[in-house]
Amino acid sequence: MTADGHADSHGAAHTSTGLSNNKLGMWLFLGSECLLFGGLISTYMLYRGRVGEGPRPSQVFDIPFTSVSSFVLLMSSLTMVLAVSAAHKGDDRNTHLWVTVTAILGATFVGGQVYEFTAFYNEGMGFTTSLFSSSFYVLTGFHGVHVTVGIIMLMSTVGILKRSKVPGSKAETVEMIGLYWHFVDIIWIIIFTLIYLIPA
Amino acid sequence: MSNAGYVRIAAILAAITALEVATYYVDFGALFLPSLLIMMAVKFYIVVSFFMHLRYESKLFSWVFYAGLFLAMTVYGIFLATFHFFS
Repeated sequence: MTADGHADSHGAAHTSTGLSNNKLGMWLFLGSECLLFGGLISTYMLYRGRVGEGPRPSQVFDIPFTSVSSFVLLMSSLTMVLAVSAAHKGDDRNTHLWVTVTAILGATFVGGQVYEFTAFYNEGMGFTTSLFSSSFYVLTGFHGVHVTVGIIMLMSTVGILKRSKVPGSKAETVEMIGLYWHFVDIIWIIIFTLIYLIPA
Repeated sequence: MSNAGYVRIAAILAAITALEVATYYVDFGALFLPSLLIMMAVKFYIVVSFFMHLRYESKLFSWVFYAGLFLAMTVYGIFLATFHFFS
């Protein structure tokens, strides 16, 4: 039993709802994040045809490259869920391993995004080139920042788990970061389809 | 769910992604847009239900998350309709 609302080893939390406050807070946060990304995606959809003198989306997008990036992020969701599974089993070694692999896959995705942005800039698509470019960079940039924050959280988790300084349930801590990570993945699932695969 | 189960789900997600990418190269005709949107929704549902375990969690978590998603879709659907996006 924990006094701060963490779930015990049987998954039951000692709160007025019987649910973990941490988990409820995380789901509330993710629900509110839907509104943030909804606004950014809608703005992009509205402005994607407003290219002005700049390049059109079909002229700059590299679908094979972005497909590989998407696949990498998708696989990072698999490694994250394996980390959560290992954490629930109390398997510290595999928890550290899968959390680290998830962070590496996330870093690969962010590296791909930096390469993509650089290539777009070199092709004449700057941040202020057109309404399309501005809304594209803001949307995908915000997503990239979320992935980067996730990587920092994952690496911090590895560090503090190794020092066993995590208050409450270790498994729940890994699970909370897992929820955030999967959310970042589902946002990319939407971005990849609506922004990259459906032509303006 | 076992680790093998998670790997199977990841394989399904990868297969759907491959199919999505295929729509970019193969002419799906009138099915292009609906098929992409359906595949996107299926992938979204699979990740949320199985990787985020929402299927096995308290209904309250589902309400909290899907309420946010529904609110976002409604608000921004109206926003886009105001700018004649769908016409």
